[in-house]
Order: sequence, then C-alpha cells, then structure tokens
Amino acid sequence: MLLARTFEEKLVSLYRGGHITGGVYIGKGQEAVSVACGLFLQKGDIFSPLIRDQAGRSAFGEPLVDVARTYLGSRQGPMRGRDGNIHRGKPTEGQLAMISHLGAMVSVTVGTLMAKRFRGEKNFVGLTTIGEGGMQAGAFHEGMNLAAVEQVPLVVVATNNHYAYSTPNEREFACADLVERAQGYGFEGYTIDGTDLSNCLEVIGSAVKRARAGRPPQLVVTSVLRLSGHGEHDDASYVTDEIKRQPFAQDCLTRAEKTIADLELADAETVQLWRDDAAKQVEDAITQAQTEAAPDGAKEDWCAMSVRELVDHPE
Amino acid sequence: MSITYLEAIREAQAKLLRDDDRVFIYGQDVGGSFGGAFKATKGLAKEFPGRVLNTPISEDAMVGTAIGAALQGMRPIVEMQFADFSSVALNQILNNAGTHYWRTNIPVPITVRLPSGGTKGSGPFHSQSMESIYAHYPGLVVMTPATVEDAYTMLIDAVAIDDPVVYCEHKYLYYHLKADKLPNEAIPIGKARIARQGRDLTIVSYSVMVQESLAVAAELAREGLEIEIVDLRTVKPLDTDTVLASVGRTGRLLCVGESFPWGGVTAEVIARVASEGFHLLDAAPGRINAKDTPIPYHPNLWSVHRPSAKAIAAKARQLLKE
Repeated sequence: MLLARTFEEKLVSLYRGGHITGGVYIGKGQEAVSVACGLFLQKGDIFSPLIRDQAGRSAFGEPLVDVARTYLGSRQGPMRGRDGNIHRGKPTEGQLAMISHLGAMVSVTVGTLMAKRFRGEKNFVGLTTIGEGGMQAGAFHEGMNLAAVEQVPLVVVATNNHYAYSTPNEREFACADLVERAQGYGFEGYTIDGTDLSNCLEVIGSAVKRARAGRPPQLVVTSVLRLSGHGEHDDASYVTDEIKRQPFAQDCLTRAEKTIADLELADAETVQLWRDDAAKQVEDAITQAQTEAAPDGAKEDWCAMSVRELVDHPE
Repeated sequence: MSITYLEAIREAQAKLLRDDDRVFIYGQDVGGSFGGAFKATKGLAKEFPGRVLNTPISEDAMVGTAIGAALQGMRPIVEMQFADFSSVALNQILNNAGTHYWRTNIPVPITVRLPSGGTKGSGPFHSQSMESIYAHYPGLVVMTPATVEDAYTMLIDAVAIDDPVVYCEHKYLYYHLKADKLPNEAIPIGKARIARQGRDLTIVSYSVMVQESLAVAAELAREGLEIEIVDLRTVKPLDTDTVLASVGRTGRLLCVGESFPWGGVTAEVIARVASEGFHLLDAAPGRINAKDTPIPYHPNLWSVHRPSAKAIAAKARQLLKE
C-alpha cells in the first residue's frame, strides 16, 4: 500500500511537471482492496488488474521499474512505448494486459482458467477487478455469467468508489446493493469495508482460498471513495462534501497506519523506515526508466502480426 | 463420393480436434447431439468429449474466453452462429485479440468462424458479410474461402497461425458447392488463385462471388470474351501482386464483393491497382457490391440487392466496351 501510494504520488508529480505523456490514473483510497487482491495469488495464478490496482500489481510481483518504464515510454518496458500507463501486463507471467473497454477482461480471465483446466493443472485461481462503473457494461454481465456456467476458480473483486468518472451511483445502477447480483450470476457474494485493510485481507484471502478449493466463483464487493480524479487531468470537483464525510471516504492508508500504531504492531521509527524504503525504491525505478531510450518512429517495427509472411502491404 | 463445402468445414475441425489436443470448439449450440445451427460440428461433441462446448448467447464473452485460453496455450475455434452476431464481439476481436501482439509481443491464436453472406429469406440480421470490417483493423488475418478445397485447408491453416484469424465461410456455398474429395495439398495462405484464365478482363473476387463470377465468365466465353478470375482467398493479407499481374495481362478490372459498397474489399483492390498499376489499365476500373441498404428478406428484393451473375455480366460487358 505504502509503496503504491508513494509511487503514484511521484507519478502525479511527474505528470504535473509535464514529464508523462498521456493520462495518469491512480488508485488512491483503493490500495487496501487492491493489495489484498495481489497478496494471496501464487505462481501459476492469473491476475487481471484494472486502472486502480498499482498496489495489487506490486503485491503480485510486478517490478516497479516496469511501471516507471510504461509511464515514461521506455522501449525496455513491457509495452515498449506502444501502449501506456495502466494497460501494461505480462501475460506469460500471469498478469493480463487490460484494454480500456471495461468488463472485457472478465471473460478473458475465464478463458485462461479453462485452459489450465484443459491441461489438467490443479490448485490455480484467477482474480480480476472491476469498479461499479464497469459492472454496468454488457461485457461484464456476459463474463460473470460465463464464469459461473464454466465453474472456473475465479474471484471478482468489485470496488464501488462511488463515481464512474463523474457520474454518481444513482445514475449508474438502481439495485439496493451490488453484492445481490452475486446470486443472480451464480457467484458467492461477500461485502467488505474497503478502507479497512484487515477486513480486505481476511475476506479477499478467504475468497481466493474458497475459489482455489473448488467453490463456485466468488464476488467480493467493496465500498470506498476514490480519493483522486478519474485521472490526474480531472479535479473531481463533482465529488460532494456530503460524500466526503461518509465512513467509506476514509483513507485506507491513514487508517492502516493508525491501526499499526494503536495495536503497537510497529513503532514510529520502523514505519518511517518503511516510508524511506518505499521512497528509495520509487526513486530507483524512475531513475532507471529515465536513462532508457524512448521508441523511435523511424526505427519502429510497424508490424501488428507475429507471422511475418501474413503481413499485408497496402503500399 | 462427393463432399460439400460444409462437410469440408466439419472434416477440418474433426481433423484439428484429432491431431491437436490444444484445439477446442466454443459456440452456441455447437455441442451435444445438435452440432450447430448448420451442423458444422455434427457428431464432434460425441467424438471429442469435453472439447466441443455449448455457450450462452454471449458473443463478447465467447471470444474473450477464447482469447484467454489462447494466451494459455490453447487453439480455440469460436463458432459465431451467424457472422452478423459477431458485431457483438467486435470489441474482443478488434480491440483485444487484434491489438494484443502489437501491445505485448504475445500473439493470440484464435480462430473465429463466421457463417457469412446472404441466402434466400434470411433478411437483414442473418445475411451479412463482415470481412471488410475485420480487414480494416490491424492484427487479424481474414479468410474468405470460395472452394471446398480452400474451406478445408484454410481452416486447418487458420488454427495453425499464431495470430487471430477471422474465417468467413459462406452459407450459400455450404450445400451448393461440392468436390470429389478433400485435398492433400494447400495453396499458401496469403496467395490469391487464378480461378480461370482469360485475357480480356480481370474479375477480382472472393467467397461466393468467385462462383458467381465463374458463371459469368462461362457465359461470356460463349460470346468470345475471355475473363480472368482472381480468387483472393484471403482478403487480408491481400495478394496485390497477383491482382496486378492479372490486370497487366488484361488491362481491365472489375471487383465483385457481396458486402456493402462503402469502403471495403472491392474499394481497397481498386485503390491499390489505381495507385500501383494505373499504367496497366486500359479503362477505368469497376466494382459491384450489394446495395447500400440493409439486406432484404423477400427473395424478389434480395436477388436484386446482392450482386447477381446478371449484374456482373452487364458490368463486365460495359467495361469491355470502354
């Protein structure tokens, strides 16, 4: 959580300084949920994150330098300057590369799990995330239904951060509680307080364990407030003062640090060491990416096909 | 013994399932004892248990699932019940499968089968030809077999190709087109075929319109006119060299396609010949497509909406006079 927060604060500062082209999308306020999504996955599992999952990506094992490389456009990054920011992934290492169209990655995750089952693998699980905005897309419904039909070991963690870009919940859906949809899809459904790290760890950890053990697909619905704009281009002026006063608007990181202090899990000095370590890791990653070459349009391999002899030549 | 275009598609899938345990078939009504709306998978679910799977009516998720499975090493074949319904899956095919290799360096070896094109009485939502849309986007191979032999070998090739393939099989040819036997050899993917030799006019076509164009060529031959027919086989990649070589021999070009007229394969062929082979042309190139309206239900309307042998012959005669 701390590493993700520190890294994303650095990204925001780079963006404001004009050092990042394209958008910056951060997960501020959603780190507790996200980190719990990454922590319980193992080698051989599938993680299909979305745009507010820096904490989960790091917990799953994504090197910080790859994040820096993607945002700064290094040719050595996983996307080599061809795609930016939060679209990055390493499918060969189990981290899928999202597309912007929300809901689309649910069925892709289902497919990866079916392939593992076809091959006779055991003890694997897939986890994908979604927001309450993406939950209203047709592709999401298709993917959820298919996951249950295929009975794949899937966990879907849905975070209601109360705004789809600028649109509040009342213009997004009309059901009383999004977790009720679990029953309709044929999932087992759970609700958590996304600002409470221990609650996130317990419930998402249990959901991963149940899916791995062969229970039906799991839907975990969390509630938080997005503590940033949709992207850093957005000042989020539409977020009302009333909603900022709600319990779900607490900062999960502040809350986690308070719990650590209250329960005396670590002293202030140790926490400061963690902060220093996070800052160092972030600095190293950014510095490394900044030294690497950007792509060059004149030298780029302009080929969208892996089979060279099947490339079309219009001119 | 004879084998139809449809049977060739079924036999290709049987062979793929037999020879390669990475292959599975995913689509609406393909499994069980039913074997698909057109019976292209008849008997396969029984012969290959657990590998020919019915899906819900979820075109987007069907393709998304295939993409995920392909990323994990499988070779899925998705059957769309009708090409028209693949519009629901455009996002997965174009934006997910089509961009994946470029973005991540990892290709997505899926094959999406599209029962395409018009048949009598099928109307606006069971008759479409989608190849031009798929060819427009980067990252996909788009196949349009016009013969029983190609229907068989190209489907086998489609599954072997590491990139996503949209395989447009024409419903009109399913039962009408027959061959004596399945081929042992295949023309390489990406190469067009000279379906008939001639020296007066080149007709470039693909899928069912190759057969219509061959009928026209036979008719015009009785008038002493020699028409050369180029069967594109794949509309992407488009074998411009074979087209240009043919136009070089005849000096005249007519492109025939069943899809809608705005843009598309016929426009692309003419654009390439005009920009790369303008000097080869003795007359302005022509093209024939379906009309720019939704596809009509009634046979009296449908037979006029689609390019007919009569319309092709009339256009060919006109071009030969210029």
